[in-house]
Amino acid sequence: MLPLAGLLVRAPWTTLPERLTEPGVLAALRLSLLTATLATGVCLVLGVPLAWLLGRTGFPGRRFVRALVTVPLVLPPVVGGVALLLVFGRRGLVGEWLDTTFGFTLPFTTTGVVVAEAFVAMPFLVISVEGALRAADARYEEAAATLGASRWTAFRRVTLPLIAPGVAAGAVLCWARALGEFGATITFAGNFPGRTQTMPLAVYLALEQDLDAAIVLSLVLVVVSVAILAALRDKWAGVT
Amino acid sequence: MSLDAHLVVRRESFTLDATLTAGAGEVVALLGPNGAGKTTALRALAGLIGLDGGHISLDGHRVEKVPPEHRHIGVVFQDYLLFPHLSALDNVAFGPRCRGVAKTESRVRAADQLARVGLSEHVRKKPRQLSGGQAQRVALARALATDPQLLLLDEPLAALDARTRLDTRAHLRGHLAGHAGPTVLVTHDPLDAMMLADRLVIIEDGRVVQTGDAASVTSQPRTDYVARLVGLNLYRGQCVDTRAGIAGGFALTVRSPVTGDVFVAFPPSAVALYPERPEGSPRNTWPATVTAVARHGDALRVELAGPIAVAADITPAAAVQLALEPGSRVWASVKATEVSAYPAATNV
Repeated sequence: MLPLAGLLVRAPWTTLPERLTEPGVLAALRLSLLTATLATGVCLVLGVPLAWLLGRTGFPGRRFVRALVTVPLVLPPVVGGVALLLVFGRRGLVGEWLDTTFGFTLPFTTTGVVVAEAFVAMPFLVISVEGALRAADARYEEAAATLGASRWTAFRRVTLPLIAPGVAAGAVLCWARALGEFGATITFAGNFPGRTQTMPLAVYLALEQDLDAAIVLSLVLVVVSVAILAALRDKWAGVT
Repeated sequence: MSLDAHLVVRRESFTLDATLTAGAGEVVALLGPNGAGKTTALRALAGLIGLDGGHISLDGHRVEKVPPEHRHIGVVFQDYLLFPHLSALDNVAFGPRCRGVAKTESRVRAADQLARVGLSEHVRKKPRQLSGGQAQRVALARALATDPQLLLLDEPLAALDARTRLDTRAHLRGHLAGHAGPTVLVTHDPLDAMMLADRLVIIEDGRVVQTGDAASVTSQPRTDYVARLVGLNLYRGQCVDTRAGIAGGFALTVRSPVTGDVFVAFPPSAVALYPERPEGSPRNTWPATVTAVARHGDALRVELAGPIAVAADITPAAAVQLALEPGSRVWASVKATEVSAYPAATNV
């Protein structure tokens, strides 16, 4: 709580309205919300099936994959960014092929921001969904099978509704982590205003020039994320 | 429609190897102690676990390799497994929906099925709002809504309290009679088995030990488990005419003459106890030691050790007169007319 209080005490309240309406602030905020939401979407699409594989099937090497999934949790985000560059960079393992085949580059683009955020935030979703899957009774899926449901139908109509609170909680955590992402983003996507400069990056940049601006940006980030998390928590995750 | 199955499932500590048949409209109860393999057999029939050998044929079609969703088998699970996020109606409509019936049509069928089990007023309720008996009926309606070729019930009444159990048992009996295909139900409760089933298949340690209708199983048990279930003392012996040798030279005189390897059975209520060797002694008399005394309904059940282990039911008054307690020495006797002997040849 103390750092938060520090922000409030040092905030330049008198010049606040002008500073808030500066175009750079709004652009960074919009980019942050957009990329965090897209990254959460990517994590849902990739992470829920992955969690299902980990939680419901006994494929060989499952332990290894589970360990791999949690790597971004323990990896310093900057290292994650470097790793992403090595893979998706113009000379990277996949990046070179993407560039020559499609003329498409990821680093230093808005899509790159989404990739960096998704990379870092994915474990939060996978761990939370896998936990929900393990807690949900697998015999409901058996009951569905005896009623004629294919595995996919059983997952969609029975398992997914059962684990919905876990998925929602995971998505919220994932979103929050993506919103605050700094290290991987600045390494992999750079710091271009309007394109890859998200709020945390803008705060860092402002800190070097104008402390008051950094404080204002930080406050905006805190207020927006707390407001959104509180709203989501009441709506979805209130039961958990 | 008929079922003909030979189920072989191997586990580390246990092997199920059971043959099971059921005709159209026939209700077969798999009865056995916990861990006997009843539920394993049911899950194998449903396709939820694979067979390690044998076959399952439904109406002449081999289905043991068919996945559960294509088997057309209805299952009522022990704790029902109603989908908690769906209403009773949508639970019942789930099966028809999965089999490709349109949404509205599925719901019409589901409502119809729920009406048949007497739950028209509860279609909108979620499973957690239903009582145990109602949930059981929804589970039955859900299993029947897909018009299964084979109906399977796993301990259908075990989760209910005693009172609900009586009503539900009668209700279930009516519905099982109305099902055209074969029904296999699994239970450890002999009363449920006898009330609901046309035929009993008794399973112990993964093997079928006895089959038959309720009357033949109760009067002629073939294992200790069945004998205990139906409350009879049971022994294996060699019979010549009416004299059956049981163990270590001990013999009992039986009601009617048989020759060969036999089972010898008599009810605990047929055993009389005396403090001294009875006068004008009947032929079946032996000294015994009391090992335990416990209430058993209106009577007292006395466990006796001696040449054979015997359970005897006596009145509390008689117990007081005999001053029975563990360690007491008494004389036990049973009339030959109460002792039945039947061939032990294994034609299960």
